[in-house]
Amino acid sequence: MNIETAGHGTLIIILIMAVVTLATRWGGIYVMSFVPISYRVQQFIGAMSGSVLIAVLAPLALAGDNGARAALATTAVVMLLVKKPLPAIAAGIVVAALIRAL
Amino acid sequence: MHVIDKPPVGIEWGEVWDGFRQLAPISLFVVIFGLAFGLAAAQAGLEGTSIMLMSSLVFAGAAQFAVLDLWGEQVPLVPLVVTVFAINARHLLMGATLYPWLRELPPAKRYGVMLVVSDANWALSQQAFNRGAPGLGLLLGGGIALWLAWAAGSWLGLSFGNAIQDPVSLGLDMVMGCFLLAMVVGGKKNLRMLVIWTLAGGSSLLAYRYLPENSHVVVGALAGGILGAVWMEKNDEH
Repeated sequence: MNIETAGHGTLIIILIMAVVTLATRWGGIYVMSFVPISYRVQQFIGAMSGSVLIAVLAPLALAGDNGARAALATTAVVMLLVKKPLPAIAAGIVVAALIRAL
Repeated sequence: MHVIDKPPVGIEWGEVWDGFRQLAPISLFVVIFGLAFGLAAAQAGLEGTSIMLMSSLVFAGAAQFAVLDLWGEQVPLVPLVVTVFAINARHLLMGATLYPWLRELPPAKRYGVMLVVSDANWALSQQAFNRGAPGLGLLLGGGIALWLAWAAGSWLGLSFGNAIQDPVSLGLDMVMGCFLLAMVVGGKKNLRMLVIWTLAGGSSLLAYRYLPENSHVVVGALAGGILGAVWMEKNDEH
């Protein structure tokens, strides 16, 4: 099934996108309201929260160019040393720009 | 029944403003992503009002970019829904991780805050929760900053998109990745978390390679979460 983008079609497509996205934003807390928050569930949630970010970042490092990899490595190291996000991010971006300029 | 020590709940306006300020620097880069989206959407044939409507109602950059790939005289319905859902499925997990704090709020506020949940403000709130600090105000304030930046960027892109010549050579494409990584590294670190993250990263890469597109985030996050539920932290009551 296809939606024509002429006329009201674009509006319908945008509304479908908005509803699907909203379902993902609301669905997690809605489902959790039926789950008792036991210690095991807390441990699941705590482990999952870091894992979401790692799972976003891993392919970025693998599929990215050397600039991307160096940027991530620099950010990690600076963050471990200085423990402040902004210098860590700035260092990562500068390194990516430098490597890509070489 | 175990009860965790909870930070104070509820939303303070001072905290919302704090979240807005803390994500303001990142939001400047979100303006640039938005600009790139506005430009790409205009080139794909969308009108200005449609682009603004999409960015303000959907507020999900990766999914919006992916939909442009499907754009033509007709857009296939099932791939549209599957693409948007798969890319945004991580919101389901973010909502689940926020639930222990959000459940203290009345439902209207609880679902209202979730309207602006995105990667950066969610990561910021998680870091606050890890420190035992309140994070829902940061989530809301940071989300408002990101939403404004995304909408403003989209408008700039469709209006004057050609101004930025090469954001990649300036490293600007790495801002969000570096920010998310800084949030991970700034979080709680011990052997258990390192093993969990290694499993999450490994399974994400395997899914990225062998499973359908856009499944890697959910696969990696669930793998890490399940290991965390099996290998629980030592606790006085356990």
